[in-house]
Amino acid sequence: MFLQATLINLGLLAGLIILGLVVGIPIALLQVYGVRPLRWLASAWEGFFRGVPALVLLFLFFFGPAQFGVQLSAFTAAILALGFRSSGYQSQIFRGAIQSIPRGQMLAARSMGMSRLQAIRYVVLPQALRLAIPAWSNEFSSVIKDTTLAYAIGVNEVLRQVRYIADRYYELAMPAYLTVALIFLVLTYGGNWLLGRLERRWALPGFPMRGAEERIERGREIAAEAAR
Amino acid sequence: MERERDTDTSRRGPDEVVLRVEDLHKRYGREEVLKGVSFEVRRGETKVIVGPSGTGKSTLLRCITRLTEPDRGRIWLGDVEVTGRGVDLNRVRASVGFVFQDFNLFTHLTALDNVRIGLLKVKKLPKDEATEIARKQLEHVGLAHKADAYPAELSGGQQQRVAIARALAMEPKLILFDEPTSALDPELTGEVLDVMVALAKEGMTMVVVSHEIGFARAAADELIFMEGGVIVEQGPPDQLFRQPKYPRTAEFLRKITALYGETG
Amino acid sequence: MDKIELGGLVFDPAWLPKLGQGLVVTLEITGLCIALGIVLGLILAVLRVYGRGPLYWLSSLYVQFFRGTPLLVQLLMVYYGLPSWGIVLSPFVSGVIALGLNTAAYQAEYFRGAIQSIPRGQMLAARSMGMTRAQAIRYVILPQALRLVIPPWSNELILMLKYSSIVYMVTVIDLMGAARTIAARTFRYFEVFILVALIYLALVFLLSWLLRRLEERVRVPGLGMERGAPH
Repeated sequence: MFLQATLINLGLLAGLIILGLVVGIPIALLQVYGVRPLRWLASAWEGFFRGVPALVLLFLFFFGPAQFGVQLSAFTAAILALGFRSSGYQSQIFRGAIQSIPRGQMLAARSMGMSRLQAIRYVVLPQALRLAIPAWSNEFSSVIKDTTLAYAIGVNEVLRQVRYIADRYYELAMPAYLTVALIFLVLTYGGNWLLGRLERRWALPGFPMRGAEERIERGREIAAEAAR
Repeated sequence: MERERDTDTSRRGPDEVVLRVEDLHKRYGREEVLKGVSFEVRRGETKVIVGPSGTGKSTLLRCITRLTEPDRGRIWLGDVEVTGRGVDLNRVRASVGFVFQDFNLFTHLTALDNVRIGLLKVKKLPKDEATEIARKQLEHVGLAHKADAYPAELSGGQQQRVAIARALAMEPKLILFDEPTSALDPELTGEVLDVMVALAKEGMTMVVVSHEIGFARAAADELIFMEGGVIVEQGPPDQLFRQPKYPRTAEFLRKITALYGETG
Repeated sequence: MDKIELGGLVFDPAWLPKLGQGLVVTLEITGLCIALGIVLGLILAVLRVYGRGPLYWLSSLYVQFFRGTPLLVQLLMVYYGLPSWGIVLSPFVSGVIALGLNTAAYQAEYFRGAIQSIPRGQMLAARSMGMTRAQAIRYVILPQALRLVIPPWSNELILMLKYSSIVYMVTVIDLMGAARTIAARTFRYFEVFILVALIYLALVFLLSWLLRRLEERVRVPGLGMERGAPH
């Protein structure tokens, strides 16, 4: 029963992380390459979704539209709220990665006649995405745990199941919560192990993805400098 | 390398002007790095630009295909005005090779893919054809056996040769070299210069910013001495070495000859 | 006071006192759990770096458990689970303990990273002048490590400020809880939660600014203080 409910958490995870990726990469690109008003908009997006607690976002997306006659299901609202939130964090990761790619790469691509978009598509992004994997793994293990927050707006995920049990069999509360904890231990560490394998498979000679976080960090510093 | 400039002009082909630069200006903030530079390059010519650091040599090269936007002046490649309105810069750039000081090979691609990517994505050639050209050019620079190596697996000299192959593959009208050997250990400069000398002999049109005097003497049709954002003096290398018009030229050439020697 | 209308949205100033009270609770919980986290986190970090045998693996197990499971599960475990073992805690205390135990595990990792980035020579030099291991840790390693840890630690503090909102799920009336109550009564969910979102945003910016000033104030020449986790 728990395992079945966990599938709902995994569904949430898949939805929100893909939404976060699909929105986060363009936001990062706009922040690095966009014209000024777009850059500001992208930064405002990132700032808002990173600065507001997940629960507040969940309530906004679940109850907010209903007030204007648009009723989203709790599941959809959760994917939107947590997915947009993740897009804020993911855009920061990808922005750092993009900025850590040496400028010479873009220059060389442009010098052979690639358009800016081609250079981003064929030269910058393939490198930046590889660099981003370790930081992205952190984001993964953080959002997989945050799927439990959907409980707050009544998504029928694993914690709701535990509540049913705990309400009926008082003495089973602790074992039930511990079981859920165990499930998540397996999911987070298992997920990280898988991502680690992916990272090694994609690894290229001379492309130090270990230590990539420092490079991304340096990219972020550059971003901070530029923003000042 | 022994100096063996041939006086035979036949290899230069017709006197077609490949590149014309007119009164080029560029400033960064307050500092004016280019203060009105003009010169011409004819088909098959190799011009070597020398001068103290910070005199705008690299900026000049980058301005030619507007990788850096010049402030003033005009540039023609053949009969296309690069500085004109509505010019397709990507097309212009596809026809001019650029070899960088720090190679700038694409880190995530093998040597073969580095050479191939412009053919596939810019020239939109079919994969078979692109692969064939790329292999041929790698062979041209003596690195056919390294086709599957990533840049990090190559020495600096090998990386620069792949970069040259990458430029050649696009069949450029002109190749610009921005200090192609200055990031290399001295023992690795030879292999790169050999490739460049061979290219010059094959009739490639080249503009080279470099302090390799040996190369200049072996391959340059003309030496351009720049200082303070202007061309001080230009002429055949022999002439500049033997009887320069300005004492500054003599002094500078003496200095770099002492530093870089007559090797090549 | 009158209600304020803004493009079809209605805001009522009468909400503010309640939100203010909630805000105070939010700040209390954040402050207390961070304090608990520092103390416990430091102990865990020192054990993970210098501890041997059971001390080492118990501290490691602790960190792995709290980092590998959802904070909400931990909170519900403390509030709804522990009573079945005869331990009953008030909502507020449950919140502080759950959040504190959780952030301790994360802070421990930041401290550990910082401690391990201090060159070995520092410990060696301290021992060579006759300091005990504990003294060397106390007077030489930690003062350097704590400075290094400020940037990641700042992130953690801001993260906890936002995560503290989950205590409303165990009936604490913090900022989030106050918002929930007001919204349920007025059915102005959108307005209330936009307002609360802005309050959290303001807090986050204020706190980041304060922490950056702190970082500048305690800076020591030559001791790397790059942003982000030191390695």
